[in-house]
Amino acid sequence: MIKKYFFQLIFFNLFFLKEVFAAESGGMPQLNPEFWVSQIFWLILTFGILYIVLSKFILPKISGNLELRKSQIQENIEAAEKQREESESKLKEYDEIILKSKIEAKNIFKDARDRSLKDINSKREILEKQIDEEIKKAEQEISVLKKTGPEKINKIAIETSSEILKSLIGTNMNNSSISAIVHDLSKKNGDKYYGD
Amino acid sequence: MATNPMTQFEVYRIGPEIKIGTFDISFTNASLFMVISSIAILLIFNLSSKKNSILPNKLQLLAELSYSFVSKMISDTAGSKAKPYFSFIFSLFMFVLFCNMFGMIPYTFTVTSHIIVTFVLAAFIFIGVTIIGFVKHGFGYLKLFVPSGVPVVLLPLIVIIEIISYLSRPISLSVRLFANMMAGHTMMKVFGGFVISLGIVGGWLPLSFSVALTGLEILVAFLQAYVFAILTCIYLNDALNLHH
Repeated sequence: MIKKYFFQLIFFNLFFLKEVFAAESGGMPQLNPEFWVSQIFWLILTFGILYIVLSKFILPKISGNLELRKSQIQENIEAAEKQREESESKLKEYDEIILKSKIEAKNIFKDARDRSLKDINSKREILEKQIDEEIKKAEQEISVLKKTGPEKINKIAIETSSEILKSLIGTNMNNSSISAIVHDLSKKNGDKYYGD
Repeated sequence: MATNPMTQFEVYRIGPEIKIGTFDISFTNASLFMVISSIAILLIFNLSSKKNSILPNKLQLLAELSYSFVSKMISDTAGSKAKPYFSFIFSLFMFVLFCNMFGMIPYTFTVTSHIIVTFVLAAFIFIGVTIIGFVKHGFGYLKLFVPSGVPVVLLPLIVIIEIISYLSRPISLSVRLFANMMAGHTMMKVFGGFVISLGIVGGWLPLSFSVALTGLEILVAFLQAYVFAILTCIYLNDALNLHH
């Protein structure tokens, strides 16, 4: 059955080839000039319209959009760059302000310390002066006391020794002799008790 | 059952016969697929460029990718001077590509498998490039045929060869596209015929070949459109930047 079909096909093929050969010499429809003019005409017409519409209406739109996108991206990049620079300058400004205020704070601190030191110093000077005066006064008092001390003690010694002698002996002794002895003793031992 | 692989290339009239003088310019199936390809291109690119958003959707991305693809191809081969010819090369590439691709759909007609169509395109490119060359360089464009650094003895021969190669450009350009399309489609038809003739028992091998060939033909359809456009760019480059 397949065989029969195959032969049939070959037969038809040959039949068709003969037909083609008869209709168009050579069997290539491309070389049949019957519709050449028509093909050239329609080619020029369709391609011409295609070219005009594409070049006048469609391609400019596409290229315009591509350009637009490119420029937009460029603009965005530039804007980002600008903002970055701005933020950097702001940061610098901020740093400067911080630095300045730090210096200012240091100055204020130093001023305050200086002032308080001066204050303390002047107060201390006044105090020292007062203390010095007090000390001087006390020293004067001491020196006065030193000067008058032995005499008073001598006097007390003379009085007490005369009292003691009176109670011991029962008679009034000559004050001058007692005082002479006391003076003598105090002269002898005065350095031991009232040394300068 | 049309098993002759050549019948797919036959042109026939659709509708009435239109005549201008002695010329028959009737609407044929070839014209139909030229119109379909053009309308498809215009429709796709019009839709894709209608809403121009910064973030493109898929269709817009397609249009922009093909735009930058062609633009890169031109600037790589012909430099920045070829910018004014961008829209022509773009339309050419798209037209050839869409005609080739529509031809891949079964029962359709491949416009570019006809030598007359490709030859008209190639001849137009050839004449245009020659005019551009003479306008840009005057008679200095003839220096194209005199390569530098060639011994004087060989010069006449070289000049003749160069002139022949220059004049054969439109022929090579048109025949390359036409022959590729015709051969591919014929081969697919032949293998399709084998599937039928070998039947259910032996038909699987040609069927698998047919499937593989379909993939190959889609590649060829794109590649030939690309080659057509890039050769145009190269010819344009010769005319714009005289290197010799």
